[in-house]
Amino acid sequence: MSDDLIETLLAAPYVAKFGVRIERKGDELTGILPYAEHLVGNPLVPALHGGAVGAFLEIIASATLLASQPLLKLPKPIDVAVDYLRPARPEDVYARAFIGRAGSRVANVRAEAWQGRRDAQVATLHGHFLIKSAK
Amino acid sequence: MAESLQDLLNRLAPLLVDGSPHAMALGFSLEGLGPGNAQMRAPYREDLVGDPETGVLHGGVVTALLDHACGIAAFSGLGASDTPATLDLRIDYMRPAEPGNDVVAEAECIRAHGLIAFVRATAHDGDISDPVATAQAAFMVTRPSAEAAARAKKAIETGDLS
Repeated sequence: MSDDLIETLLAAPYVAKFGVRIERKGDELTGILPYAEHLVGNPLVPALHGGAVGAFLEIIASATLLASQPLLKLPKPIDVAVDYLRPARPEDVYARAFIGRAGSRVANVRAEAWQGRRDAQVATLHGHFLIKSAK
Repeated sequence: MAESLQDLLNRLAPLLVDGSPHAMALGFSLEGLGPGNAQMRAPYREDLVGDPETGVLHGGVVTALLDHACGIAAFSGLGASDTPATLDLRIDYMRPAEPGNDVVAEAECIRAHGLIAFVRATAHDGDISDPVATAQAAFMVTRPSAEAAARAKKAIETGDLS
């Protein structure tokens, strides 16, 4: 719906640096964080950095909001809570977000990240985003 | 005489950032480390911008900075023996960081006992009374994190850090 802003989001220097991609079927969207050595937080586990996984979930939450309705600006996170359920292995990470409620100014969003198995989540996020609806 | 916690922290400090490829990729530097507290800086860099129109650093940089600083404060709060894993991290984004300014996270371990540590942190871009973000996090020494710490100790003892 806000396709040009999804492009802006993914083209931002920080997002492009870590190669975040999305696969989209209408308003259903899956994010992909391709594995790279610079995502590793602790090489001794080894596990991806919690901050990298948390940031990826925030990006996919924003992208899902942009895919769901016309917005005039990129969503801005107000608060997020990330639960870390298992160490993220040095492999690709996937994520999907679900909109709890989106009004004209604020949206409540949940997101889940997983690796090999969809039902074995590595991290989940819930948060609020400031949005500017075009409606 | 047994090594004090502060001496141990001083010895381990370089490894706590350099040992993490993601922290290195974001250019983090550890500015202070004591028993149960840590201060860490993220540089303002063009390649870490989240909104090219405004030049504001991406929120992900602040997320990673707070996670890393909180993790180090939890590690030192637990006596610098085991590397704890993040159970959860909750962040309030107060305002965007000023374009051009570095962001500094100051993390304090409020309580550490047994396997669990509770940490609070503030991220600011020059004035701690005007924060960019605040965070609260819980950490735990999990089985994978304890095994990793055992490997790290062995690596330090044998001098093999590869």
